[in-house]
Amino acid sequence: MEGNIEQINLFLNFGLPFLILMIAYFFGSYIEKRHFRSIRKREAELLDFPVVSFDTMPDDWNVSRSDMVTGSIVISLDYFKRVIAGLRGLIGGRIKTYEPLLERARREALLRMSEEARTQGYDAIFNVRLETSRLANARRDGKGVAGVEMLAFGTAVKFASRFANSE
Amino acid sequence: MIISNTESIPGRRIVEFYGVVTGNTVRAKHVGRDIMAGLKNIVGGELKGYTELLQDSRKEATDRMTEQAQSMGANAVVNVRFATSSISQGAAELFAYGTAVRVE
Repeated sequence: MEGNIEQINLFLNFGLPFLILMIAYFFGSYIEKRHFRSIRKREAELLDFPVVSFDTMPDDWNVSRSDMVTGSIVISLDYFKRVIAGLRGLIGGRIKTYEPLLERARREALLRMSEEARTQGYDAIFNVRLETSRLANARRDGKGVAGVEMLAFGTAVKFASRFANSE
Repeated sequence: MIISNTESIPGRRIVEFYGVVTGNTVRAKHVGRDIMAGLKNIVGGELKGYTELLQDSRKEATDRMTEQAQSMGANAVVNVRFATSSISQGAAELFAYGTAVRVE
């Protein structure tokens, strides 16, 4: 009976966190790979849709209407990578596990903005800006929800006749 | 109402300036959503509940900004910016601001 309780205690103290760590590692990597695949595919589809970060429009754009469009995502790191990042924090240096997270969030936000503009019938976006903000309840000890919000916004324009001014 | 994050409305000429207009909203997290997000936090990835929450909040802040501009007699808001600030654990303020103008 006592042996049983000891075994259960051992499992709760070491086995369970390890199990969660493994689950987090496998599902986290899978979700990340799948997300990158989807991003690459959608970016290829949007290759002919100009998205520029200039604050003034190129002179040859002849515009009939415009509006502001936004795209955003809240994304979080898996538990395994958070633990790795925490360990890395002790010795300092580059935290590789966070880099792909922020990259895919940023690319996803840009894609959502472009997709929104395209479905509304616009032809291009200019003056694109990106903003990053951390969710308020992300606690430093790694508990709580550690999320990052990425916001992309810009001015979408519809061409009256493309490159009409340059002809 | 046309809004833009550039200093002018593309293809239009600004004829009158009314001044800065702002709109804000303070939101607290939802307990149910937070439990789901907590579970999602183990495997990582998008926290859809939060994405929607922030999108709704930002839309409300933008709507309040345009309402204010409308009451001044403007028909466009230019140079719009967004900002986020944490008020306390679990509450955040989102605000949008820009310059109310009249365009031709």
